[in-house]
Parts: sequence; structure tokens; C-alpha cells
Amino acid sequence: MTDVIDTPITTRMNMIQAINSAMDATMARDPDVIVMGEDVGYFGGVFRATAGLQAKYGKTRVFDTPITECGIIGVAVGMGAYGLRPVPEIQFADYIYPALDQLVSEAARLRYRSAGDFTAPITVRSPYGGGIFGGQTHSQSPEGIFTHVSGIKTVIPSTPYDAKGLLIAAIADNDPVLFLEPKRIYNGPFNGHWDRPAENWSKHPGGEVPTGYYTVPLGEAKVVRAGEAVTMLAYGTMVHVCAQVAADTGVDAEIIDLRTLVPLDIAAIERSVRKTGRCMVVHEATRTGGFGAELAALVQERCFYHLEAPVERVTGFDTPYPHSLEWAYFPGPVRIGQALKKILKD
Amino acid sequence: MGDARNLKPLTLHVPEPRFRPGDAADFSDLEVPPAGAAPRPDTAAPPRDFTDLAYTMVRVLDEQHQAVGPWNPRLSPDTLRRMLRHMATVRAFDERMFRAQRQGKTSFYMKSLGEEAVAVAAAHALDAEDMCFPSYRQQGLLIARGCPLVDMMNQIYSNTGDKLQGKQLPIMYSEKRFGFFSISGNLTTQYPQAVGWAMASASKGDTRIAATWCGEGSTAEGDFHSALTFATVYRAPVIFNVVNNQWAISSFSGFAGAEATTFAARAIGYGIAGLRVDGNDPLAVYAATRWAAERARTNVGPTLIEHFTYRAEGHSTSDDPSQYRSTGEPTSWPLGDPIRRLKDHLVALGEWDEPRQEAMDRAVAEEVRAAQKAAEANGILGHGLAQPLDSLFDGVFEEMPWHLREQRQMMIDEEAASGRPWDRK
Repeated sequence: MTDVIDTPITTRMNMIQAINSAMDATMARDPDVIVMGEDVGYFGGVFRATAGLQAKYGKTRVFDTPITECGIIGVAVGMGAYGLRPVPEIQFADYIYPALDQLVSEAARLRYRSAGDFTAPITVRSPYGGGIFGGQTHSQSPEGIFTHVSGIKTVIPSTPYDAKGLLIAAIADNDPVLFLEPKRIYNGPFNGHWDRPAENWSKHPGGEVPTGYYTVPLGEAKVVRAGEAVTMLAYGTMVHVCAQVAADTGVDAEIIDLRTLVPLDIAAIERSVRKTGRCMVVHEATRTGGFGAELAALVQERCFYHLEAPVERVTGFDTPYPHSLEWAYFPGPVRIGQALKKILKD
Repeated sequence: MGDARNLKPLTLHVPEPRFRPGDAADFSDLEVPPAGAAPRPDTAAPPRDFTDLAYTMVRVLDEQHQAVGPWNPRLSPDTLRRMLRHMATVRAFDERMFRAQRQGKTSFYMKSLGEEAVAVAAAHALDAEDMCFPSYRQQGLLIARGCPLVDMMNQIYSNTGDKLQGKQLPIMYSEKRFGFFSISGNLTTQYPQAVGWAMASASKGDTRIAATWCGEGSTAEGDFHSALTFATVYRAPVIFNVVNNQWAISSFSGFAGAEATTFAARAIGYGIAGLRVDGNDPLAVYAATRWAAERARTNVGPTLIEHFTYRAEGHSTSDDPSQYRSTGEPTSWPLGDPIRRLKDHLVALGEWDEPRQEAMDRAVAEEVRAAQKAAEANGILGHGLAQPLDSLFDGVFEEMPWHLREQRQMMIDEEAASGRPWDRK
């Protein structure tokens, strides 16, 4: 599959604008798409991701909800059963836990348990990840909780272009999708050097976004930097941090942006690791039982005889996300650089 | 432990049911208001005008088996006879399927003995197109809506006729064609889903409404309160039914808050209409549901109905109620048997008699027996492979991703290696 683009016209967008544009393009085509969540209506969302949508599509298609994540997802499941295609927002991924039962036991299981009698074609958007001094309740990366659940897809973009195309594909998908938005890179790519001036998306190729409707297929990874020395598997913010480390160290790394964690593009991973013989997994989330553990297991199962060094995991620590010590927690250039040295030393 | 201010120590109240095994059950002090006493508000009235109805009990059938008072739905004898037959069918169905479980033909069953009116009368009061989000004890909805008994039994047996392909525990039906949502088994998750369905219907300018059911015990779930909040905020066209059958497995209703207030009163804090209804009075259940449906359909808003009833048997085939409650409770329950009460009413009307009752019972028993025979021809649980082995992986997603295809192959290889006589065709 390739990206399907219905208009060649592009413009510069940051990730918020791209996500907004994805919902706009989808709502314009499909009257069954509705957007709801805390503060998403008149105000347009705390990150402005839904700005202007209520004015354009009306209050019955874009509306604020009570502060009950369980209710938001439960209501979305019911709307899906009716035939709508809801796009609920959970304001921060850290707040998703009250909705776990509705996501895990209901949305993810409905098609299976009813043998297709009912489905839950819902896309749950939620900003996740750290790097914004959000403390433990505005910084978490809970993707590993959901990748462990059968029946739900997990998607994480790393550029405005991918964010729009993946979100449109997620909304069009007939299965529930958790769409996690790396909020640290909403406004610009973040290279991990928190003490340097922030960048915006205006110079990044991923900030050039088609204005119309297009999809980036779910389940396809992207090689963002081709290389021979080591494969770096990353998603979201960490894609950019890895790219900076490769540039800083001069290591000829092949960086793969997974984009979709479930279903995973295993072929892209195998292809790369068989070529480089080394594999590093990088994520912000806590280490134990994280998605990196799954990636490491898959790589050793499938590429063991091509490996020249143990698979390295670079992750957040197994602590709650800290506030003042955020940059000590964050798997930044130093941690990644040390792991690179280790994996390349033999 | 002491306190410098010399305060009395705190005590923790842990609720205790009035009767335990060995106790004689005595419900004589249960407040049962006379039939016909509760007023019937206009369906457009705001909930704050009739909060008393959350604390009394709407009852229609009186001690002389007459339908009395403003809630009398004035149903035709034909409708009453149909309701009677549907309730009798539910009871006969339950009896046979309970026995089938005891005979090892399936893993699990849940009866609704004594609660048949709650689902059957509601199904008669709703439109056929209205959407139901039931819990696990509303088989009466399906039977009253005409779902073939053999289809329900196929599901219970997980056999070759099971449209759910053996994927769900027995009685966790899904019947979209009869407006019956897939039953979860996780409690009260269907409540916000019903609200979402109702909101979707309203936002699309549809005329259909949603109804949902949960037990009194599971009103404690967060989903219940999320649902009521959403429903009141958007005035969703939904009917919330709380089936207060007094017991949640072995936990009496006190563990859901019944010592302090009624379950209908939960509605008041949300500004939702709340009714407490004699759940063993089919006419009261019908009238309350009809009234709530009228409110929903005219955009007045949601209604919560507490059906005060009694779970006359165990929670499921997996528990023995004599281990935690008085065996005298079911027989001394003061609100009677809903089937008996409707039958007596029809007899009092001169529209029914013993010979017809006996003929109906025989016909219903025969119908259920024939359905069972037909279902068992499709197989019973654990005897042979009713579903293709690789169907285990169907329906996780619309399209099967590589990791499931790989795992499916692993399973097939494993079965081949096991030497077990599975027939994969």
C-alpha cells in the first residue's frame, strides 16, 4: 500500500493543524463522523486540535462532554453500534485509565464477542508523552498497556504529514484505534536537546502537508534515515531524538519510525536488522513490560542469527514521570548515545 | 489507641442482610403501597415535580387481581395473553436450559425466575425498533421480540448453529436483528453505550430510543454514574432500568446502598425522572416503560426505573443460594409471582381459565422441548468441534494482521502434533 492523496496542493502545518485538518477532511466527507471530548467544542480543545470544527459542523457533531473518560468511551461505543464513527478525545493519555474497561472489554472485544454483529469503529485521540514539564499526570506514555490488548490498534505519528494521513486512515478503519499524539512535537520536531532553542515544523519536510483528504496506511513503518551500522526502532518524539543522535555521533544508523505499533510492520524491522546486524529500541515509556520488550523479543526470535550484539533498550525509567527531574528521566541524547556505543563496540 | 479529647471510638458499619441460612424469612414489615395509589405525572412534567415516585412503588394489580389506578395501561386481553405466554415461555426455557447445564450439555446458565415481567413487559411497551442494551438476565426481551428459541439455545450450546461461533459464554447473546445489543458480562458497561446509541439516534433525527438494564448491585459501577451524567446533560432518549432483585450473587442490596435509600432515588441527583415500580406486576412494568418511552420519544429526557423484584434462584448455575441466604426468602417474598399475578388478572377479567392455562403451559413446554431437540441436533458444548479450529482467530480485527495469521498457524501445527481427532474442515 502507498499513501493515497487526492490533491497535490500542500501547505505548511504543525502537528496540531494537521490533526485538525484530518478531522475536518473526514467530517466533510462523512456525516457519521463526530468529535467529542472535554473542552473540544466551542473552545476547540486545550491544545486547539479541534479549533473551528464546532463552528463548521455544528454542536451535534462536535461537542463538549462531561469529565468522565469511562462515559466518553462508553458513549462512543454506543454511537458506533448505532452506525456513527466517533472520534473521542481523551484530553491527556494520563487520564485514559477510567476508560480502560470500556476500551479493553468493550471496544476492543465487541467485534469478536458478537461475531461481527456489532463493531466499534471509534478512534480515540489522546496527547501523550513528556518533555513539557507536565509532571506525572500530563506526561505518561501508556501505549504498552494497549498494545497488550487484543482487538485494538495503536498508532503514533511523528510528523504533521503522517499525523494527518494516519488519523484519516484510523477514522476510516472499522476497528477501534488508539491514536496517541506526541504532544512534545505538536509545534515542532524535538531533537532531545532541551537546552537548545525550540524548532518549529516550518523547515522539516514532514511539515509539508496536503490540504485535502489522504491516508497513510496503518501498519506500515517508515525508514526515516537509511543506514548500515545499527537499526534504531522508535516512534513519536523519539524518532527525532534518534535522528539527532545519529547526526551528532556520525553513526550510520538506520532509523525506523514504526508509526503503527499494532499491527506492527514486522517486515520492515526484519529487513533492516538483517542488514545492520544490530538493533536498538527507543521509547519514552517505562522499561519493564514496555513495548520495547516486545520489539526486542520479536527481533531475537526472527533475526537472532543476524545479530552481532544484544538488542539494546533505551527507555524511560520505571518510576512515575517526574516533574523537576524531567530531563533526568527522559531518554535523551546522552542515554541513547551511550547505548549506541555499547551496541557498536564489538 | 486513645484520644486526648476523650472521644468515643469510631465504628465501621458493615451491612448485614436480615436473613441468613437457617433463619426464617419474614418480609411482613416491607412497605408495599396499595395498587393504584401512586399518581401518574404528565409525561412532559419536570422530574423535580414527582420525586416522591422514587420512594414509593408504582403498582397496578391489586389484591383482587384487578388493574387499578392512573397507571393502569388498559391493555387488551389479547396483549395480556401474549405477555402471559411470553413469560411462561421464558420460565420454561430457563427450566430446560438450567437442566441442560446440570446434564453437562453446556458450561453455564442464568435463570430469571420471578423476574420474567421485568423484561417481557418492557419488550411489549417498547417499539420493536427501539434498541435494548441488556444485562444477562433479560432473555425475556428476546423471547417477547420473537427471537427463535433454537437460535438462543444454539448460542447456549456453542454448537454449529451458534451465530456467535462459540466465542461467548452461554446466554451472552447478540441479536442486532431484534434490537438486542451484545451482552458483555462486565457489569454496567452497557449503560453509557445505551446513552451513546440514544444520543446518536437523537443527533440523526431518528425516532428510535434506547433502553438498558443493570442489576441493583452494579449501580455501584462508575459506568452507571457516567451514563446518568451523560444522559441528563444531553437529555438522551434512553430508559435506565435497575432490576433490584435484592441479591448480587451473595451480596444483598445493602452493599449497593439500599439501606440508605432506593435505587430509583439515584435519578434525583441527576435531575432524571425516577420511578420505583413493583417489578413483579407486569402491568406496572409495562405502564412505567410506556411512560418513560413517551418522555424519551418526545425529547423530554431520560427515565430511571427501579424494578423492585426478587431473584428467586441462584445468580447462575455456579452458586448455591442456600449457602448465603434463607431458603425461606423466595417463598415468602410479598410481591408474588409475576406469571401467577397476570394469570389471576386475566381470570378475574373472565378472559382466561385453568384449562386454557394448562393448555398454554403444555404448548409452551412442547415448543421449548422441540427447540431443544433442534438445537441439540447442532451439537452440545464439548462434544466434537462445533466451530472450525481456525475460527478462533476470526473477528479480532476486520482483517487479520500477520501476527494473528502466524499464531493461527502455530495453533494448527500444535493440533496436528497433538494427535487429537479434531476435524478442521
